[in-house]
Amino acid sequence: MKLLDVKSGKKVCIVGFEGSRGVELKLRQLGLLPGDTAKVIRHAPLGGPILIECKGRRIALGRGIAVQILVEEV
Amino acid sequence: MRFALIGQPNCGKSTLFNHVAGYKAETGNFAGTTVTYTESKILVSGEKIDLVDLPGTYSLSGMNPAEKVTLQYLTSREVSVIINVVDASHLAQGLGLTVELLEMQKPLVVALNMMDEAAREGMTIDIPELQSLLGTPVVPLIASKGRGVRNLFVTAHYVAKQDNPPKRLTYAKDLEEVILEIAGNLDGKAAILEPEPFAIKLLEGDIQWQGQIHDEYPQLLPKLNHAQLMIEQTRGQSADWVISGERQALATNLASAVVLQGERRVSWRDRIDDILLHPVFGYVALVLIMFLFFEIVYGIGSILETPLLNIFSQLEVFLDNLFGADKLLGASLIGIVQGIAGGVAIVFPYLVPFLLGLGFLEDIGYLPRIAFLMDTLMKRIGLHGNAIVPFILGYGCNVPAVMSTRMLENRRDRFLAAALSTLVPCAARIAVVFGLVAFYLGPTVALAIYFFNLIVIAITGRILSGLLPEKTPGLILEMPVYRIPTFRTVIHKTWFRLHEFVVEAWPILIAGSLVLAILIYYNLDNNINTLVRPITWILGLPAAVGLPLIFGILRKELSLVMLYQALGGVDFSDVLTSVHLITYAVFVVFYIPCLATLAVLKRELGTRNMVIITLLTVVIAMIAAQIARLLATILL
Repeated sequence: MKLLDVKSGKKVCIVGFEGSRGVELKLRQLGLLPGDTAKVIRHAPLGGPILIECKGRRIALGRGIAVQILVEEV
Repeated sequence: MRFALIGQPNCGKSTLFNHVAGYKAETGNFAGTTVTYTESKILVSGEKIDLVDLPGTYSLSGMNPAEKVTLQYLTSREVSVIINVVDASHLAQGLGLTVELLEMQKPLVVALNMMDEAAREGMTIDIPELQSLLGTPVVPLIASKGRGVRNLFVTAHYVAKQDNPPKRLTYAKDLEEVILEIAGNLDGKAAILEPEPFAIKLLEGDIQWQGQIHDEYPQLLPKLNHAQLMIEQTRGQSADWVISGERQALATNLASAVVLQGERRVSWRDRIDDILLHPVFGYVALVLIMFLFFEIVYGIGSILETPLLNIFSQLEVFLDNLFGADKLLGASLIGIVQGIAGGVAIVFPYLVPFLLGLGFLEDIGYLPRIAFLMDTLMKRIGLHGNAIVPFILGYGCNVPAVMSTRMLENRRDRFLAAALSTLVPCAARIAVVFGLVAFYLGPTVALAIYFFNLIVIAITGRILSGLLPEKTPGLILEMPVYRIPTFRTVIHKTWFRLHEFVVEAWPILIAGSLVLAILIYYNLDNNINTLVRPITWILGLPAAVGLPLIFGILRKELSLVMLYQALGGVDFSDVLTSVHLITYAVFVVFYIPCLATLAVLKRELGTRNMVIITLLTVVIAMIAAQIARLLATILL
C-alpha cells in the first residue's frame, strides 16, 4: 500500500519507492530507507502533508511525495 | 591555512561559525538557512586561519544549487582540513555525509554537535570507538553554548598540520574492484581529486566531471560506461544508487556500533506539536502568534515613534532659527536632519522589535511548522510548503528571501517563489505601512493592508502558476525539535540584519534626503513630479508624492522619509486624505523592488527574469492600488 493511505497512529515498514529519483535520493538522505519502520503521526486537513516519525526524526511529506512511498503495515 | 565547515542542513554549522567568527552568517532552526558560503579569518594556536562556512548538504551529489556550491568549493580550492559537523542526535543520517567526505581523502575532523540533544534523546555515544572506526578525530560539541569549540579548533589545527588524510571506508568487494579499475586509468593530474575519489564520482555519473573525462581521458569513457552497466546488471540498481546505498549502509552500521540507546526523556517539546500542528488549533495558534507578533511590534514602535519625532522636529526648528530654511545651508542641514530622523524615529522603532521577534521565531523552530500548516495553501499557488521560507524571510528583507529560493529544486519553483516573495512587504515597507497607515488610521487598517497583500500574492501566484503549469515535486521537510533560543544568538542575529540597514541604507537615506532638500531649494522637484505625474494622476494622488516614489526604488524607507520631506515636514494627514494614505501605502507595498533586491534577482535568475519581475510588480501595484482606493472610498 501507499504511505498516503496509512491512518494516523499506525506503524508501517517502508518497502520501496516509486517515482522520481530526485525524490528518492532526498528521502534516503533524510534517513528513510527500505526496511525502516515509520509511524504516521498525523494527516494535515484539506489535502495537506502528512507527518511521520522515523528513527526519532519527524518529517513532513506532501501528498505528492507520500503516494510515491510503498509501505506494509506492521 | 583554510578550514571548511561542512555538514547536513540544520546541524549547527553556522552557529559554530558565528561563535568563532562573530555574527556573519544567517542562522535559524530550519534546514537550508545558509545557501552561499561565508568566509572569515580566525586565530587558532597563534596562526591566522581562513574559516569557511559551506551550505548544508546531505551529500556531495550536486543535486541542488546549495549542494553544488559545497562540492565545487571542495574540488576547486585548497582546504587544509574539513570540519564535518554532525548532529549527534541523528547520528546514522549524519554519518552518511561523513562516509562520503572520507572518500575525498582530505584531512578530516568530525565535530559531534548537539551532544545535549543526543543526551536528551537517551543516546550514549562511544566517541573513542567511533574515532577508531572512522580513523579520524571525533570531538564532542555543543555549539549553541560554545562547549567544546576550543578543543575542536585546536584538534583541527593539529590535523591540518599533520596533513595525513584518513583512509576511506571500503565498500562491497564487487564495487571496490570497479573503483580500483577506473582509478587505475587516472593519474590524479586532471582534477584536484585523487584518483579513487575521482573514480567514485565518475561512477556516480556526475555530469560536472563527464566533460572533463571526455577531453582528457578519451579512452576512459567506454570503460566507464561498461563498468556502470556491469554494476547495474549485477546489483539491479544504477551505479549511483548502489554507491549511495553502500554509504548509507556503512553509516547505519557505524552508528549502531557506537550508540547505546537508552530511555528517551519525554518533555514539553514532544507535546507541543500536538497543539501547534493540530488541524484546528494549529491554525488558531498560527493566527494568534502572528497577531501577537505584529501587535507587539506595533505597540513598541508607536510608543517610541512620537517622542523621537518630536526631538527631531525641535532640532529642525532650532536649525531654522539659526541658519534659516530659506537659505541653501539651512535647507541642506534640515534635509540631513530629516534623513537621520527617518532612520532613528520612523524605521528603527519598528525594525528592531520586528527583527528580534523574527529571530526568536526562527531559532525556536516554529518556521517549519508554518511550512507544514501552509503546504495546502502554497499548493494552491503552485508551490509547496518549503517555499514558505522565502515568504517569511521576505517580511524581514526581500534580499535573503530571494537568496533562499536556492533551496528549491527546480527553476520554475525558484522563479515563482522569488517573484512572489518580492511582493511580501519587507521591514522597510512595514515601516511605511506602520508609519503612515497605522499611525494615522489605526492598526486595524494596517492589518487590513496585510490581508489584502496576502490575497494579491495568492491571486498572482495562481495566475503565474497557471502560466507555468509544470508540477512541483512536493514537500519533504524535517520538523526540527524545538530549541529554546539563546539570548546571545537572537541579539547577534538582529544586529547582523540591522547592521546592513545602518551601514548601507541609512547613508543613502540621509544622502537622498539632502538631494531632495536641494532639489526643492532650486524648485527642481516639480519637474520630476511632472514626469511621474501620469502614475500619480491615475492613482488619484497629489503630484508631490512622485519624488518619494522614485526615491523609494533606491530604498523603500525613502518613500516614507521623502514623503515627510516633500510635504514640507508637516503632519501627513493635513495634506493627504485617508484614501490618499491607503492608496499610496498599497502602491509602495507592491511596486518595483528596491535596488538591492533587483541586484540579487539579477544574480539568482538572470537579467531577463529580473526585468519581467520588475514590470510585473508595476502592473500589480497599479491594479492593487486602484482596488484599495476603491475599497477605501467605499468603506471610509
